[in-house]
Amino acid sequence: MALLRVDNMTHYFGGLRAVHNYNLVLEPGHITGLIGPNGAGKTTVFNLITGIHTPTEGNVEIEGHNLIGHRPHEIASMGIGRTFQNLLLWRHMNVVEHVKMACYSQLEYGLLDAFFGTRRCRREEKRITAKAMHLLETFNVADYSSRLISNLPYGAQRRVEMARAMATNPKVLLLDEPTAGMTPDELNRMIDIIRKIHRDFEVAILMIEHRLKFVMELCEKIQTLVFGEVIAEGTPTEIQNNPEVIEAYLGKEDVT
Amino acid sequence: MDFKGESAKNMVNKKASQRKGRGVKAWLARVFGRIPLIGWLMGSLGAVLIEYFLGDALSYYLGLPKIPVLFGSSIILKKPALIPGALAYLLLVYALPVSLIAKSMTRPANRLARLLASRPVSLATLIHLGLFYLILHLWAEISDYRLLVLKLTMIAVMLTLSINVINGYMGEFSCSHPGFMALGAYGASITTLLLCVDDKLMGPALLPAAAGPWLFPLALIVGGIVASLGALVIAIPSFRTRGDYLAIISLAFLFIVKSLIENLEFAGGPRGMSGQPDYAGLPTVFIVMVLCVWTINNFVRSTMGKALCAVRDNELAAEAMTVNTRKTKIVTFMFAAFWAGVAGGLFAHVLRYVNPGSFGVQRLAEILAMLYFGGLNSVTGSIVGAVSFNLLSEALRPLELYKWIIIPLLFILVMLYRPTGLIAFTEFKPRELMRPKE
Repeated sequence: MALLRVDNMTHYFGGLRAVHNYNLVLEPGHITGLIGPNGAGKTTVFNLITGIHTPTEGNVEIEGHNLIGHRPHEIASMGIGRTFQNLLLWRHMNVVEHVKMACYSQLEYGLLDAFFGTRRCRREEKRITAKAMHLLETFNVADYSSRLISNLPYGAQRRVEMARAMATNPKVLLLDEPTAGMTPDELNRMIDIIRKIHRDFEVAILMIEHRLKFVMELCEKIQTLVFGEVIAEGTPTEIQNNPEVIEAYLGKEDVT
Repeated sequence: MDFKGESAKNMVNKKASQRKGRGVKAWLARVFGRIPLIGWLMGSLGAVLIEYFLGDALSYYLGLPKIPVLFGSSIILKKPALIPGALAYLLLVYALPVSLIAKSMTRPANRLARLLASRPVSLATLIHLGLFYLILHLWAEISDYRLLVLKLTMIAVMLTLSINVINGYMGEFSCSHPGFMALGAYGASITTLLLCVDDKLMGPALLPAAAGPWLFPLALIVGGIVASLGALVIAIPSFRTRGDYLAIISLAFLFIVKSLIENLEFAGGPRGMSGQPDYAGLPTVFIVMVLCVWTINNFVRSTMGKALCAVRDNELAAEAMTVNTRKTKIVTFMFAAFWAGVAGGLFAHVLRYVNPGSFGVQRLAEILAMLYFGGLNSVTGSIVGAVSFNLLSEALRPLELYKWIIIPLLFILVMLYRPTGLIAFTEFKPRELMRPKE
């Protein structure tokens, strides 16, 4: 059974058709790339899957559970973790608090425990602190753990955001342009990090990415989205040689 | 709202000045830096004991009419001829004893602090609080005015702290705190008037008089629950979206509550209610305030409470990271309202009289002033804000009209140099506070 399955998803923003008949089958442990020119609707696809928008038509399922109509935090705790294109971090919180916060739905204490600082609350806080520190070590940002997030270099912020996404115990990880604004050097490090996540945490990954080198290296399957429609789907080499994709990215070649 | 850069800069500045270490500040740090909190408490205890036993005699020899009630402020502002006497009194009763005792007790106090640090933190907290209460109690013994100021200050601490949870930690702007306070005050007053005393409005007491003081916590809880139900009424429509809605709806709520209680005939209407039993003694108010500070501090330091900051800084990211933002916001709003209601209940029983007029926009302005003066997102800030605002406003009372020129000017200065308040974005860690300093 497919881990994440999207059937005929269509979404309208008022009269604008942002996504049309989008289909996706993500098997456990697979990495799929989603490419396309600016404004093609890639991030909208992510927002639809994670419940920020509800699709006008169509169906989204994870392990057979329907996700339509659930609130984003419920979908996130059902196993869909994500990062954001423009790093949505909480600027007044330090690094370890970021990762702990993503364990919110795993907390096994109630409000009264939090008010009275009961033993159960302290035990749980200790548990998720240990988990958070472990994740920070995995992403090589443990040294920053008590620093405010805004005082970190950009690359480290990206890694904290990934550590945060992994703290939700995702089965599927949605990465929205993980290399945006990165130097070629950081780019190679990011490839290693994503490989490591994929191997160590056994997650399936769906990623939006503009840099073809990056996508070609990591993905087993690539979808090309243009004006909200998938115009091509296949292995990296197939996509690279697909005339429609080339046309969408580079424009039509005049045959003389 | 750009708080972050500012507070970070402030911290860097502070650290730099500490490192340079010159002038009076460095000298003070050298002389007094090693005294733990318990040492200061011992010093203050010494001072209030001196005042308790020798205050009358001392003020007589210094030519003062009576013991200066609020650190000599009214004498200094009203009778310039007595200024030297008042200053000498302050020096002899407060400044010298506190500093000398604290300094000479440095070593034993540190030893005690170390001993307490190795025990559970609750024991150390109880000892510190007990000592602190003793100091307040002895200080308040001198005059009823001090007692009243102290109680009202503690209530103000509760109000400021609870509104900080909404306006600071959650980043919404709520204007309904006086409304919650009114609901709490009326809820608690009706409970005690109905059950515990004979009065004109509610008829004879339903319970024997001996049960009264024991029922008082229950009455406060009733007040708190009424207030948090009121909060639920606001929360449901206004937390569907972000933005200014809450400010508008909560302001409307404040007016609705006020006109509601003005028109409730059985609760006295615009004349208000009087004759509340005298249950809110200093120990009761102190214990309730400590409970309030304790639960709020626990909450905002837990991950569940930090979810508020996540919601404030970026709600979308909070949702994507499994935080149930709507529940977090509603529950927190009700929690804050609960404490505002309890504070209102105490307020009614401290003054033993409530009327709708005390819960208007004026009160709102006061609460917001204390909040922004003290600092957002900080338990310490709220305590500092409430205490300094209350003491300042009492101390400057002799200036009458000019008081309302000086206080706003101070506020403008604070906003210019510390836009987020005196102590913003810090965590209140009792363990840190009580640690030995050697």
